[in-house]
Amino acid sequence: MFEYDYYLRKSKMPLIWCPGCGDGIILKSLIRAVHKNGFTKDNVVMVSGIGCSSRLTGYVDFNTLHTTHGRAITYATGIKLAKPHLNVIVVTGDGDATSIGGNHYIHAARRNIDLTVLLFNNQIYGMTGGQVSPTTPSGKKATTAPYGSSENIFNISGLAIAAGAPFVARSTVANPVQMERYINKALQKKGFSVVEIMTPCPTTFGRRNKLGAGVDMLKWQKENSVSIKSAEKLSPLELDEKIVTGIFVDIEKPECRTEYQKVIDQLK
Amino acid sequence: MNKISDNVKILSGNEACAHAALAVGVRFFAGYPITPSSEIAEVLANELPKYDGVFIQMEDELASIGAIIGASLTGVKAMTATSGPGFSLMQENIGFAIMAEIPCVIVNVMRGGPSTGLPTLPSQGDVMQARWGTHGDHQSIALAPFSVREVFEMTVRAFNLSEKYRTPVILLLDEIIGHVNEKVVFPSENEFEIINRPKPKDKDNYLPYDETVSDIPAMANFGTGYRYHVTGLAHDETGFPTNNGEKINQLLQRLERKIIKHTEDIVQVEEFHLSDAEIGIIAYGSAARSARHAVKLARELGLKAGMLRLKTIWPFAEKQIQDFSDKVKIWIVPELNMGQIAHEVEWAVRGKVNVVKYNKVNGEPINPHEILECIKENAHV
Repeated sequence: MFEYDYYLRKSKMPLIWCPGCGDGIILKSLIRAVHKNGFTKDNVVMVSGIGCSSRLTGYVDFNTLHTTHGRAITYATGIKLAKPHLNVIVVTGDGDATSIGGNHYIHAARRNIDLTVLLFNNQIYGMTGGQVSPTTPSGKKATTAPYGSSENIFNISGLAIAAGAPFVARSTVANPVQMERYINKALQKKGFSVVEIMTPCPTTFGRRNKLGAGVDMLKWQKENSVSIKSAEKLSPLELDEKIVTGIFVDIEKPECRTEYQKVIDQLK
Repeated sequence: MNKISDNVKILSGNEACAHAALAVGVRFFAGYPITPSSEIAEVLANELPKYDGVFIQMEDELASIGAIIGASLTGVKAMTATSGPGFSLMQENIGFAIMAEIPCVIVNVMRGGPSTGLPTLPSQGDVMQARWGTHGDHQSIALAPFSVREVFEMTVRAFNLSEKYRTPVILLLDEIIGHVNEKVVFPSENEFEIINRPKPKDKDNYLPYDETVSDIPAMANFGTGYRYHVTGLAHDETGFPTNNGEKINQLLQRLERKIIKHTEDIVQVEEFHLSDAEIGIIAYGSAARSARHAVKLARELGLKAGMLRLKTIWPFAEKQIQDFSDKVKIWIVPELNMGQIAHEVEWAVRGKVNVVKYNKVNGEPINPHEILECIKENAHV
């Protein structure tokens, strides 16, 4: 019998997240996916960095590690290398993983270590009050981009693909069924797998950019998500304001800890 | 490494450090190449897989320290090695290991700074960074060996202290100590003590930061059935973040107390001709090698010189220095920096004895004769 409560630290609730935030939807999808995979709680290690997304680790009844800003993947790498039988899941955000922690993100993908990374992309620094992030669309406002951002954005999934990750997918909190399916596949993948999840921040991003409340932002996500297939038919200009969702990469590749074990075994 | 017999070898300080790490049970190393420390990584890259251990070269020093903290949380003894610039990059996460009480050892083979400085030349410029490099109030444990043999002993000791007190320990070598080749007699397994972190017994009532039994709480390894939360945020005994002033104060006071109360156990010094000395020298690391020779030369000239050698840099040997400050007429503090420890000595003696600094920051070692001159100059003051 599946029960959310079995996986939650209910005494730590209410959640820190604002009304309208999508992070709670990801939490539920994640729990369902972990359950589907049949992981035992003792063997799951959930590692997070700093930011709104990263507070998730406090609410789940696993071995949980809330690290420093940007470094979650490095701590997770140490855990996985030391104890490869553990299921190591990283929970991080756009600022945490691709700004301050960008180097670790691409190197973990290149190395192909068996971690599952859930990357909450809310396009803003929410925890610190709405500063511009590497995924804040150009022209959109933030406290540190009061006239609209003058910069280009990172394509977070694209970054992982280019760095060699064997599983990369993008979904939205407006489509939790799809999100859960992708997380499920990512957990099954032996290798570095990324699920980028678009999640609205009505408090620090939506309000400043007049995008409405959480529900309005969810509606926007729903109306503007296009599958990879449909995206092929659209021009770059038409895609500019869209969210392309789907599984971009799903291949098999040698995983670094498994390869290292071969070295250990040879030396025996 | 040249082998004289099975347990007697000629090797460098860096090599001795790596071999001692294996002997004390280190099974995880993460690091990033940097002169003059890289031999430690190279030896462990070669050896660790033979011991069922893991070596990984990470993308930078931030990643290296993150990985060793992660590995240590699963119960594996873990270390990294670096030099000044890399040590700077590690500071934030050293603070995490202090706050979350995760044992690990960071070796810093010091070179000249600041910045890129003098990659291949010795310095002792990081002793204060070892004390105050990470932000916030905290205690620090740092050891400084002065010979290859002592590198071996102190690497073992660094892990023992780290496990015993659940805190990162910094092993300060310098370019000379890291690269000098000397004879080491490898102790056999039962010849040295190995201390492991305190283990919890009760799964059901486990409180990861419980201070009711001891200032050093029992540490459960990740993946062994104790599911708990670890954070760098101020936390209470459950491990979860708290904003309760009383709980925050309780945590920070305990972290301070667990080191301060055990200063006697942690601080080690060595006396050299000090019992009747009028001219005292306080030195550590490679500068202590020169100072020891200078003391011998001074004694040949009939000058009553002696040395108090700091084997532990932090916590500071305040009591030991004060004890001898009743006997010596002067302290000379030779260092390969601008006087970082001399200031601590001045503070420790509280004006009772004059403190003379002898400093060198040009990348050259201190010549014993330079210290001898300094002894002569101050002999009849």
